[in-house]
Amino acid sequence: MAGKRAIPEINAGSMADIAFLLLIFFLVTTTMDVDKGINRKLPPYDDQLLEDPPPIKKKNIFEVLVNSNDALLVEEEYLDISRLREEAKRFLNNNGDGTCDYCDGAYRDPASSDNPDKAIISLQNDRGTSYSMYLKVQNELAAALNELRDELSVRMYGVSFVDLKDKDQIKEIKKMFPQKISEAEQLKVGS
Amino acid sequence: MAHIKKKKSKELPPVSTASLPDIVFMLLFFFMVTTTMREVDLKVELSKPTATEMQKLERKTLVTYMYVGPPKEKYAGKFGTEARVQLNDAFAQLSDIQPWVVVEREKINEAEQNQMTVSIKADKKTKMGLIGDIKLELRKAQALKINYSANPAGSKELLYSSTNY
Repeated sequence: MAGKRAIPEINAGSMADIAFLLLIFFLVTTTMDVDKGINRKLPPYDDQLLEDPPPIKKKNIFEVLVNSNDALLVEEEYLDISRLREEAKRFLNNNGDGTCDYCDGAYRDPASSDNPDKAIISLQNDRGTSYSMYLKVQNELAAALNELRDELSVRMYGVSFVDLKDKDQIKEIKKMFPQKISEAEQLKVGS
Repeated sequence: MAHIKKKKSKELPPVSTASLPDIVFMLLFFFMVTTTMREVDLKVELSKPTATEMQKLERKTLVTYMYVGPPKEKYAGKFGTEARVQLNDAFAQLSDIQPWVVVEREKINEAEQNQMTVSIKADKKTKMGLIGDIKLELRKAQALKINYSANPAGSKELLYSSTNY
């Protein structure tokens, strides 16, 4: 009498087919693209605020206009997009009234912004501006700020801004170089 | 001579397919890890603009997507070639944005509803007029955190030289 009967092995021949099926399912239903983008915060919608804007000195405003032909007008002068970053940095890092003690290598142009905290970038575009150009401008302005924060972070903590781990340190840097971009109502000239 | 001649087969032995499942499973896991689920069926042409200063969207549950661009060719006959908004799986009007935001916000855990982010995935040829209108609708709907979705640019020079059209 046979005491034990050997358990037959499970046939694994169709394993590959099953795996292929799963693989094809995932290939079809998923996408490769990573979700990345430029984060922005919109101002709350309020009719009443528009009527009484707070007074801001004109020299503290960095005016950026984009027309329907995707050309840039910065501080009332034509500017190529490749120089926008540099100009924005110069404006944000300006130490007009001398109160900014962390602006290393800062320009002291009394005709430009008082200090980084007061500096505001005003961005206005036309309805005919292309989204691509708009994003390029936003990108350059963000880059200017990120570079300034980076330089400051390296000076203060010895690491670049993106590598900062301490929440308080990040907050501190962000407070020293705040992101102040104001977007005006769109123009309706072109298109 | 009792020399037993071994029977030699002239044919090549078949390639073992025993490791095939392992290989396929490896591929499967690779794709499962690197890709994300497709949220909707895209009905608009979408070639995203390029940028360099981008942040990754954390917390997928807090993000809702909006697509803007010219309708794909098969829909062009019905919806024209002008850029349009796509919400979920259908083309939408600007006036549909506010109710859509309310519905989407309800899907998020109540404590985190104020952290909702709307990711705008727009075609780079889209005119800012439409984007501006969308932004106004989002402001009215109190969806103030937005993200302009973009593709990473290889280098600064590439970014400047890339055409807008």
